[in-house]
Amino acid sequence: MADAAQILTTADGRPLKAALAAAQGRAKRRAFLLVLPLLLFVLLTFLVPIAYMLMRSVEHDGFAASAPALVEWFDENPDFDPANPPEEAFAALVQDLARMQEERTTGIAGTRINYSVPGSISMFKKGAREAAGLEPPYKEALLAVDANFGRPALWRGMASASNAYTAEFYLVASDRKLTDAGWARGGDKERIYLYLFGKTFMISALITVICLLLAFPVAHLLATLPMSKAALLMILVLLPFWTSLLVRTTAWIVLLQEQGVVNNLLVGLGLLDDKGRLSMMYNMTGTVVAMTHVLLPFMILPLYSVMRVIPPSYARAARSLGATSWTTFRRVYLPQTLPGIAAGSLLVFILAVGYYITPALVGGADGQLISNLIQFHMSKSNWSLAAAIAAMLLAAILILYWIYDRLVGIDRLKFG
Amino acid sequence: MTVEPRNDAFVAFEHVQKSYDGVTLVVKDLNLSIGKGEFLTMLGPSGSGKTTCLMMLAGFETATNGEIRLDGRPINQVPPHKRGIGMVFQNYALFPHMTVGENLAFPLEVRGMGKSDREAKIKRALDMVQMGAFANRRPAQLSGGQQQRIALARALVFDPKLVLMDEPLGALDKQLREHMQFEIKHLHENLGITVVYVTHDQGEALTMSDRVAVFNDGRIQQLAPPADLYERPENSFVAQFIGENNKLLGTIEELSGDKALVRLATGELIDATPVNVKEKGGKTLVSIRPERVEFKPEIMPPGAHMIDAEVLEIIYMGDILRVVLKVAGSDDFVMKMRNTLGQTRLEPGQKIKVGWHPQDARALDP
Ligand SMILES: Nc1ncnc2c1ncn2[C@@H]1O[C@H](COP(=O)(O)OP(=O)(O)O)[C@@H](O)[C@H]1O
Ligand SMILES: [Mg+2]
Repeated sequence: MADAAQILTTADGRPLKAALAAAQGRAKRRAFLLVLPLLLFVLLTFLVPIAYMLMRSVEHDGFAASAPALVEWFDENPDFDPANPPEEAFAALVQDLARMQEERTTGIAGTRINYSVPGSISMFKKGAREAAGLEPPYKEALLAVDANFGRPALWRGMASASNAYTAEFYLVASDRKLTDAGWARGGDKERIYLYLFGKTFMISALITVICLLLAFPVAHLLATLPMSKAALLMILVLLPFWTSLLVRTTAWIVLLQEQGVVNNLLVGLGLLDDKGRLSMMYNMTGTVVAMTHVLLPFMILPLYSVMRVIPPSYARAARSLGATSWTTFRRVYLPQTLPGIAAGSLLVFILAVGYYITPALVGGADGQLISNLIQFHMSKSNWSLAAAIAAMLLAAILILYWIYDRLVGIDRLKFG
Repeated sequence: MTVEPRNDAFVAFEHVQKSYDGVTLVVKDLNLSIGKGEFLTMLGPSGSGKTTCLMMLAGFETATNGEIRLDGRPINQVPPHKRGIGMVFQNYALFPHMTVGENLAFPLEVRGMGKSDREAKIKRALDMVQMGAFANRRPAQLSGGQQQRIALARALVFDPKLVLMDEPLGALDKQLREHMQFEIKHLHENLGITVVYVTHDQGEALTMSDRVAVFNDGRIQQLAPPADLYERPENSFVAQFIGENNKLLGTIEELSGDKALVRLATGELIDATPVNVKEKGGKTLVSIRPERVEFKPEIMPPGAHMIDAEVLEIIYMGDILRVVLKVAGSDDFVMKMRNTLGQTRLEPGQKIKVGWHPQDARALDP
């Protein structure tokens, strides 16, 4: 073994390692320059927006920027009693409300408080309109305008919102709400977010399983057919990629709606009563059917790429060794397709969890997924809440990915 | 010759035909019986139908016509896993997701054998191929030659009476291949199994087999022990396919019993032994092995014909000298001389006369 005293050198006396690095450096720099455009593109269009989203999910200065007097008072009195705030606090609030009225920031400040204390916007608007005319003592005056200004929940909410950085959106997105006693779980009826998360994961798992069951035989057929026939079948598999998502989804609506082809056929054949038409559209069934169709190629392709390279001699060897065709499938063929199953399932599951258009079009009220909720909040300009839900979705997927890596090993994946 | 009578053949193909596409026959009327304990090799160029025959025997292809019997029992309808035939594939087909031990356990598990019996058998099979220390490795961690041994052990571990091997040594380098030929031959002798071996390498076929079936174009051209095949080819395909061979085209001038006189296109007369020529005046292809060509008149039998030759090139090959000659108008006639101390040295351009013993020249179909 070469020890430190006798480092290997080239013929002209340079250390071998340095010479190798110098020789390869140019090639490495060139390779880096080649990928640089893509790197910049990914950075600008992917990483920066994600960072921005994560930022928005913990930052909202709607209240902190428009209520300087209260911010200062909360700073000086961090341990005040929300159940009974003193006169100076009310004075600061009235001063800020008057200022909001002047600067027209009542809406944005109210909205910020409204996330944790519903109903705050209208209170703020009312308070701001009257603020300029109020006389001390401000506590009584303000409570006379709206008794809710004395609620401990409101004061907790304002104290928390006086800091632009907050974890409140994550609390709201996990169905907590601010009560007079502090943060607590909402009532059963109000737990929409976690319920939708759970439902989204269940539906995605269901779609993944259906895709796997449908794709496995197709991929096997593709891998074993002679090349010319396989090419034709492959075109059929890829056809969905060449038609617009909207067209495909609409086609499902035509087929499955209550006055649609399938129902008409069943009624026509006498299998269904005209009143008993199946509702397969604008509900969970519609979402599952249409999404399975859209995502099926993502399962078929990785499976196919794995199956194609499994030589038929393995199955023959197993049979010659005495295994029935079922044992051969279970013990020899199936284990070798695992990387494809793993890759396809991961791909389909992750795509399904974040799917938006299809459930929006065919899901009705009952078939909405978490992404539809994110979109809903974005359309209402609740950016921070939408960002918090999206960040939770991202975290969930990363955790799944990690578990998956531990169980299967990411390096064993084969996408094609 | 060890041609068994039909009825106690261990493996029998009877009038077997096979077509994949319904248009051409890949195997045309195959009749072959293989005795118990025999090492039979199917030898032939690529595409001659050897693998197809093996696959029909193993049960992966169905015969389009005819009957295949194993130990007296027709097996056309028996599924592959019930035939109890061991098989070694060219790419070894070791299951990549199982260790060597699990690979060997597989045929025993599917037969419902208990764990302790299994382990004893696996150990015995691995020791047999000198791979006892490798039971916990994965196939990917083994070299080609080691994988080959494991494939062999796996095909033998469940004690099949018949083992099929389809070009099992095709992927190995020359030295390893020769070593494995030797080992397979020994296993065959020690275990008393019947082996049907497929190869396109004539050297392999000649060194290993009891009998060789030479395939061409879906037919057996000759079925004979190796020495017969080399020394007494029955038609020009076999003569050309096995070993090196000089060909001279001519017409039969005289035909009497086991002697023939052939006139070449350039007018010379040569001696030959008639094999599958029938009448005077017919065309024939005379085949002579390079090592049987003589150029010293004193060792020729009396009355034998010799013809003019010109030395074109002498290739030094160590143990022998390869002399390329121009004979009867063709310039690829080869003579092999032993490189001995007293050997006459020839020079390019030298004019000599060459001849051969009549029984070394075989007059075959043209
Ligand atoms: N599965 C198959 N389908 C169609 N033709 C085949 C198939 N397998 C082999 N053939 C054809 O049958 C002929 C004989 O093939 P094969 O038995 O593999 O020959 P060999 O093993 O002697 O090289 C070849 O012409 C080959 O193209
Ligand atoms: Mg072959």
